[in-house]
Amino acid sequence: MNLGPITIPWELIRIVVALVAILLFIVVNAGLVLVYLERKIAGFIQRRPGPYEVGPHGSLQLIVDGVKLLGKELHTPACGDKLLFWAAPILAFTPIPLLFLPMPFARNLVGLDSELGMVLILAFAGLNVLALCLAGWGSFNKWSLLGAIRSVSQAVAYEIPLLLTVLSVVLMAGTLKLSTIVEGQGTWPWQWYWLRQPLGFCVFFVCMLAETNRAPFDLPEAESELAAGFHTEYSGLGFGIFFLSEYAAMIVGSSVCVTLFLGGWQGPFLPGFIWFVAKVYALLLTMMWIRWTFPRVRFDQLLTISWRWLIPLSLLNLVATAFFMKL
Amino acid sequence: MSQKPTVDLGGDFYATAFQAAGDRQDRVILNMGPQHPSTHGVLRIIIEMEGEYILRAEPVLGYLHRMHEKMGEVKTYHQYLPNMGRVDYLHALAWNWGYVGAVERLAGIEVPRRAEFIRVITCELNRINSHLLWWGAYLLDLGGFTPIVYAFDDREQIMDLLQMPTGSRLTYCYYRFGGVRQDITDKFVEDTREFCKRFKPRLSLYKDLVTDNFILRKRCEQIGDLPLETARRYGATGPVIRGSGLAYDVRRAEPYSVYPELEFEVPVYDARDAMARYLVRMDEMRESLRIIEQALDMLPEGDFLAPKAPKRIKAPKGDSYFAVEGARGKIGVYVASDGSNVPYRVKLRSPSFSNLSLFDELARGTLLADAVSILGSLDLVIPEIDR
Repeated sequence: MNLGPITIPWELIRIVVALVAILLFIVVNAGLVLVYLERKIAGFIQRRPGPYEVGPHGSLQLIVDGVKLLGKELHTPACGDKLLFWAAPILAFTPIPLLFLPMPFARNLVGLDSELGMVLILAFAGLNVLALCLAGWGSFNKWSLLGAIRSVSQAVAYEIPLLLTVLSVVLMAGTLKLSTIVEGQGTWPWQWYWLRQPLGFCVFFVCMLAETNRAPFDLPEAESELAAGFHTEYSGLGFGIFFLSEYAAMIVGSSVCVTLFLGGWQGPFLPGFIWFVAKVYALLLTMMWIRWTFPRVRFDQLLTISWRWLIPLSLLNLVATAFFMKL
Repeated sequence: MSQKPTVDLGGDFYATAFQAAGDRQDRVILNMGPQHPSTHGVLRIIIEMEGEYILRAEPVLGYLHRMHEKMGEVKTYHQYLPNMGRVDYLHALAWNWGYVGAVERLAGIEVPRRAEFIRVITCELNRINSHLLWWGAYLLDLGGFTPIVYAFDDREQIMDLLQMPTGSRLTYCYYRFGGVRQDITDKFVEDTREFCKRFKPRLSLYKDLVTDNFILRKRCEQIGDLPLETARRYGATGPVIRGSGLAYDVRRAEPYSVYPELEFEVPVYDARDAMARYLVRMDEMRESLRIIEQALDMLPEGDFLAPKAPKRIKAPKGDSYFAVEGARGKIGVYVASDGSNVPYRVKLRSPSFSNLSLFDELARGTLLADAVSILGSLDLVIPEIDR
C-alpha cells in the first residue's frame, strides 16, 4: 500500500512550537517577572521595600503565592451557573497565547507571519470582554454583575478609538502585517511612528490602559466600590488564572503598542529581541507608575473621556493621516 | 438540566423591611457591607439602585455595639476611663477629655494649668493622627493606593510621640480627673517640635501631589452637595458642617480648657461638597500644628495632676455635660449622678452618628462610586456610631 510521499505539515509544527514558546514567555514574564516587578515598584513608590522575606529580595515570594493559590479550595457559588462560572477563567486565558502568534519578537522570530496579523490580535483580544461578562453573570453576585456590566461598556467604548488609531498606523504602513509595519520604521527612535503619530500614540496608550483594566481605569474590579468586581467569587486557581491573564493582557497591549509606534524590535547596536523586550518593559513600568500614582476615575467620567475626547481625536487623527498620505 | 440547589435569599429583617418599601423588578437591592472595603469597619448600608444610580440608601447599625453607655452605669468613675479610648479609637484622647471634663465639672475638680496645656498638645496631636488616617483611607476609597502609606509614615511618628506620655499607641487612656496620668518629658517636647518642623513640608507635598490632582478634583468637586439647612437638621458637626459654610467649632463656640488663649483659625469652606470637607480637614491639620507649637511655647511649670484630685470619686447629686471638638465633630458627654460612686447615667453624643444619618439624603441620585466618595468624606468611625 502506497500512501505517497508523506508531507510534513511544517506550518502546523511551526505554530505549535511557537505557541509552546509563547506560553513559556507568558508564564515567565506575566506570572513571575511582572508580578514581582509590580510589587517591588509599588513598594518603591510607597517608600517600603516590597516583598523581602522569601528568597533574596523576596524573589521567591511569587512561587510561594502560586503554591498557596494552588492549594486553595475551588469554591463555586451555590446558585451560580457552574458551566459559565468555570468557563470564564479558561476563556480569559486561552486567547492570550494566540495574541502573541503574529507578534514579531525579532527579525524572523514570528509565530505566524500573517497578512492579517493585526486583525487577528484585535479579534482575539475582544474575547476578554466575554470572559469578564460570563464571570460576572455566572457568579450570581450583584457586585460581580456590576463589574461585568462595567467591563462591557468600557470595552465597547474604548475599542472604537483603539481601532481607529490602529487604522491610521495601518494607513501609513499600508499593511496589516506586523513584521512589515515594524520594518517600515527605521532603526533610530526618530524614525519610529510615535513621532509621526504623536496623537495616535497617546490615544492608543490611554485605550490600552482602559482595555487591560489598569488603574486609573480599573473600573470592572474597583475594589473600593465593587468589593472585587467580576472576580469577587473566584477562589484559588480561578482567581489565579484571571490574575495571570490580566498581566498577560498588559504584555500584549504593550507589545502591540511597541510594534505599532515604537519600532518593534528595531534599534541600534543590540539584538532585536532585547530591544523588543526592553521597550515592552519600559511601557509596562509606565503603566505601573500610573497605577500607583493616580486615583481611579468615576465610571461616567471614563465613558466621557472615550466618547467625547478619544473617539473624535482618533477620528481626526485618521482623517489627517489619510489626507497626508494622499498628499 | 440539573436541579439548582435552593438557597434562601430572603435576607434578614432589615433587607425584608427595606424591600417592602417599594420593590420593582428593574431595580437592584444591594447590600453594601458589613464586610465591604470602603465602609471601613462593619457598617452595613442597604442600597436600592437603578443601574449604577442610587435611589435610596439605609444604614444598618449595631454590628459593633458594645454597650458603652450601659457600662458607664455599672462601673465606677475611674473604672470607666479605659472605655473612652475605645469609643472612637482614632481620636481617643478627645473622648478621654469629654468624659473627664464632664466628671470634673460635676465633682468640681480644678485642673492645673500645666495639665490643660498637656491635654491640648496631646489632643491636637491625636487629631492630626486621625485626619491623616482619614486622608489615606479616603484616597484608598477613590482608588489611590499610595497616599495611605505616606500618611502612615507620619502617623507612626505621632504614635511614637504619644506613646511616650500615654504608654499606648491607639486606645489611649491618659487623662485623669484633675489632670493627666503622668508628666510630659523634655524629650517629648523636643521631639514634638521636631515633628512639627518635619510635618509642615509634608502637608505642602500632599497638597501638590494629591489635593491638586485632576482626577481627585473631579471625584470630589460638586459631589455630595450638603446644604447648611440639611446639615443643621441632622445635627452635623465638625468638618462636615464647616464644609457647608458654618464656622462651628466647639473650641471656639463653647470654649473649654486653654483654647481661648491660643490663636488658631477655624477653616470654613462654602462649596458644600466633598472637596470642601476634604479641604477643611487638610487645613485643620495645619491649624493643629499651630496650636501645638503655641502650646509648647506657653507650657507652664507646675503640677500635671491636681494634688487634691480625689482618688475615689463620689460625685454630688446632679448632672453635667461637657463638649469637646473631636476630629469628626462635637463630642458630648452627659453624666448624671445620684451621689453614689457610679454614675446614674452616661450619655455619649457621637458626631459620626449624626454625620452618618446624612448619608441617605446625600447619596440619593448619585452613582455608586460617588456614594463611596461621599461616605468617605463624612469620615465615619464605626465603633463611635454604635458605641
